Amino acid sequence: MNNDGRPDPDALLEKVQRNEAQAARGKLKIFFGACPGVGKTYAMLSAARVLREQGRDVVVGIVETHGRSETARLLEGLNYLPPKRVNYQGRELAEFDLDAALARKPALILVDELAHSNVAGSRHPKRWQDVEELLAAGIDVYTTVNVQHLESLNDIIGGITGVLVRETLPDRVFEQADEVTLVDLPADELLQRMKEGKIYLPQQAERAIRSFFRKGNLIALRELALRRTADRVDAQMREYRADQSISQVWQAKERLMVCVGPGDDSSRLVRSAARLAASLHADWLAVYVETPKLLRLSEARRDKVFRTLRLAQELGAETTSLPGSELVPTLLTYAQERNVSKLVVGKSSRSMLARLIRPSPADQLTSQVDMDVYIVGHHPEQSAHEALSSAPELTLKAPPREKRAGYAWAAAACATTTLAAAGLVNIFDLANVIMLYLLLVVLISIRFGRGPGIFASLLSVGAFDFFFVDPRQSLTVADTQYLFTFALMLVVALVISNLTASLHYQARIARYRERRAESLFEAGKVLSSALTAGQIIKDGSVRLAGVFQSQVAILLPDSHDKIRQPVEGDHGDNLLTELDLGIAQWAYDHREPAGLGTHTLPASPVLYQPLRAPMCIRGVLAIRPSDPRLIFQPEQQRLLETFAAQIALALERVHYVEVAQGALVNMEAERLRNSLLSAISHDLRTPLTGLLGLSAALVGRSGNRMDEELAEAIHAQALRINALVINLLDMARLQAGGVTLNKHWQPIEEVIGSSLRSYKESLAGHRVETRLPGNLPLVAFDAMMIERVLDNLLDNAVKYTPDGTLIMVQASTHEDELEVSVSDEGPGLPAGMEESIFEKFTRGERESSRPGVGLGLAICRAIIQAHGGRIWAENRHEGGAVFRFTLPLGTPPEFNEEETEGS
Amino acid sequence: MPGSSDVHVVLIEDDKPIQRFLRASLEGKGIAMFVAETGRQGLIETGTRKPDLLIVDLGLPDMDGIEVIRHIRAWSGLPIIVLSARTQEGDKVAALDAGADDYLSKPFGVAELMARIRAHLRRRDQAPGSTEQSFRFGDTVIDFSGRLVTRGLLPVHLTPTEYRLLVVLARNAGKVLTHRYLLHEVWGPSYAENSHYLRIYMRHLRQKLERDPTQPKHLITETGVGYRLIITD
Repeated sequence: MNNDGRPDPDALLEKVQRNEAQAARGKLKIFFGACPGVGKTYAMLSAARVLREQGRDVVVGIVETHGRSETARLLEGLNYLPPKRVNYQGRELAEFDLDAALARKPALILVDELAHSNVAGSRHPKRWQDVEELLAAGIDVYTTVNVQHLESLNDIIGGITGVLVRETLPDRVFEQADEVTLVDLPADELLQRMKEGKIYLPQQAERAIRSFFRKGNLIALRELALRRTADRVDAQMREYRADQSISQVWQAKERLMVCVGPGDDSSRLVRSAARLAASLHADWLAVYVETPKLLRLSEARRDKVFRTLRLAQELGAETTSLPGSELVPTLLTYAQERNVSKLVVGKSSRSMLARLIRPSPADQLTSQVDMDVYIVGHHPEQSAHEALSSAPELTLKAPPREKRAGYAWAAAACATTTLAAAGLVNIFDLANVIMLYLLLVVLISIRFGRGPGIFASLLSVGAFDFFFVDPRQSLTVADTQYLFTFALMLVVALVISNLTASLHYQARIARYRERRAESLFEAGKVLSSALTAGQIIKDGSVRLAGVFQSQVAILLPDSHDKIRQPVEGDHGDNLLTELDLGIAQWAYDHREPAGLGTHTLPASPVLYQPLRAPMCIRGVLAIRPSDPRLIFQPEQQRLLETFAAQIALALERVHYVEVAQGALVNMEAERLRNSLLSAISHDLRTPLTGLLGLSAALVGRSGNRMDEELAEAIHAQALRINALVINLLDMARLQAGGVTLNKHWQPIEEVIGSSLRSYKESLAGHRVETRLPGNLPLVAFDAMMIERVLDNLLDNAVKYTPDGTLIMVQASTHEDELEVSVSDEGPGLPAGMEESIFEKFTRGERESSRPGVGLGLAICRAIIQAHGGRIWAENRHEGGAVFRFTLPLGTPPEFNEEETEGS
Repeated sequence: MPGSSDVHVVLIEDDKPIQRFLRASLEGKGIAMFVAETGRQGLIETGTRKPDLLIVDLGLPDMDGIEVIRHIRAWSGLPIIVLSARTQEGDKVAALDAGADDYLSKPFGVAELMARIRAHLRRRDQAPGSTEQSFRFGDTVIDFSGRLVTRGLLPVHLTPTEYRLLVVLARNAGKVLTHRYLLHEVWGPSYAENSHYLRIYMRHLRQKLERDPTQPKHLITETGVGYRLIITD
């Protein structure tokens, strides 16, 4: 396979993407310790002080000193962000102020205790989520973590110390940290420090030593911390080797699948799988197979399954729940589909005998599969605690049951059957009466399910016994073989009702899937034919509201990337109006879901799902389900994401249709404008040429002074019209926008010389001087356009200044631009007109005999602005006006200077 | 200009007033003019009248003026002056690249046209003598045989490229040379896109040969089109 030593291209790409993502992010440094008191905060503050002295902008976000004087001393002289005072159940608590930190935006911020849980009602439930946001904002963070807070080690440490920590940190946060520094202290020294009161205040210390800080605990914790750090170093080494292509053996990536059940220790199973996946560097899936049997579990147990799946998601797994009639085949089919190489299952807690009769899933799997199967041991006492604090609590209520009717029906049917049988008993044999009751039980089971079925069978047995079996009118049975009949009836009722329940379930699943496929298909059809964003919003939200039984709103950003309140009337009846645009904006900016059931502001009743399209986020989908379960089952979640993706795609499609249409219209307009302009310019210039030529030919021909003067006047007027036509055409072209500049790198003196030459005759009455350094850099500009600017400026100077005065053209470079000026010795600009003369149809004098309509300077400004420069006018101290314009310098193309000596 | 009507000019132009004033002006200066209203007729006139110079309007009713120039260049080297009312410089460059020697933008003055005609006729007269030993403009003299350039008797040091550029301009004095043509002639075909080289070397030449490099009298910029060497001011 890949044994040629070349790095895998996908891995390289992944690395590049990772590097890019990291470049903009802040860096996270974790001071990692085995237990409280080893000196993490002390080490963090010391490191921060060093950076502070080097001039870094260091701010203390929040630091717990726990009354330790050594640590408190280190805080002196550091900038401290005032904590947010939060009132919680009558107590005032100091919390880290995330918004203040983001607003302050220091280079480095210190945030102690990464695993800390925020007070309810904060933006994020956990402090590490605050830190993620700080990192995303490009702020470096120093923080501290104890080994017992790592999610995957949580239960192991709980087992060792007997103290279960409820505040946990997902391992991925730890693994993705840019730097981890181990703060280590041998157990004896730690205990010594503790006795000296350096860690806890004396009375606390006494208690702590007796419970948590036993020497055995401390050694075990220290070992775990060291080993965890070593693992990280090992991973870094491996990454380094992958980068350097030292690795000769390429291992196919493992994929691990854990099968989650409703058992008590399923969360433990998931944690074990997470650890295994991490050590194998494997992707992993967590799967729950919902068989008919499992479907009958209580609501509480089912919620537990979903919570376990969410925990798996937290720990980095992809989660799925699969409907299927049999556990093992469903599991295996899925495993094969997903190329799973290793299976993790829980050990069965049933007795050997039970397993002989019916093998446990684990036993079945081991006998049927050719992949590795890991069986995780059973520790029932562990599972009493559930450290699921990071999974948001969902309040799930049981759906209303309408089974009571079934029991009533069963009783009524039983009574009817008994009456009918009483009439028939003289004609029929008793066996047939039993058949009648059996039919009743079957019908009730089919119609109303198991409970009423069993109820009906019991009633039937009772009624049959009471009314038809001798002795009648009594529940005693003379013939023992009737006991067998009763038992048979019960068994039949149970079997039938189980069968029907499973049929019902399959039918329901099939219906549900069909509905899902149909709703997706329908949505796809409608969304793909929608022509406007409004239509997409309307159809999309109506469909979503139906499928998820929710109130829905689709929020779109405006041109400044700010999420807008939806327009009323767009959505129909299900419009969600109680929106928090702040959360929606957060979801849009961070490209992550927020609100209900997420990590960000989970207390909100509305889920904000970003509409992610291939090119960018197109908006935010706000959904307020009538029952959170409708959204948070894995399939429903996936369905919602699919819907969101479809809507986003449709929005993107409409967007690009609009862009394409706009471009087409622009192109067409541009084409039309160009052909119109060149037609007009040809049609105007050709007769003007005739007029000018003819009048010029007339001059000096007749010899009559009167005629001569008339011919000269005609010639002069024709010239004026010509100047006007040129300006009007220029203005029309510039005004229409989309002027394409024909830029080349060239020296400015060329166009200055060219312009002066073409104005030679008009300039004859003036003295003209140029002051241009010989080594001006090349500048990229459209020579024709800049020559028009100079023409206009020279024309102005000639028009507004008396003969014999000086006109000076200068150029020089300032920083990153070239400045060109045309100055004169005329009367100067009227006060206050320096800016307005660049407006269209504005002239220095209101009424004037001088030709021109005031377009020249407006044209100049349009041209210079198109070049990215500035143009302005001012009066000179020594009298006269000066017009200046600038052009950006840029980097001229390479030029290889020829050797000066010829060869 | 001698008053003889030995000089024949063919004008291909469909606009009557322009025909009329050109006829009035040119014939007053002793130049015989034949007018063709369409491109096709122009080709016939040029073939039969054997003119000394051709003036072509780019906007003709039956065919593009550039087409006309290409047809004539296929068999004749006579001077061609283009009249253009189009605003885009690209058309002028295309006409020059097709073989025209000069262009005038409408509206133009008769004096300017006459100056151009004179310049091109003189160039034509000198054409056989392109093996001349020296070339003079202003106070600058190029000695082709000795590869020497002097300005007011003082030798001017030019790099080989500067010299090559100056020779190309001098050999085509009076004619508008496009950027592309100059780059191709001086630097070779691979430099066609490096017009900044040409501009930098023109700056060097001007600094060495013009009295005021910012207001050149001989090494003239034709903005957006190319350069031209003018012998007299």
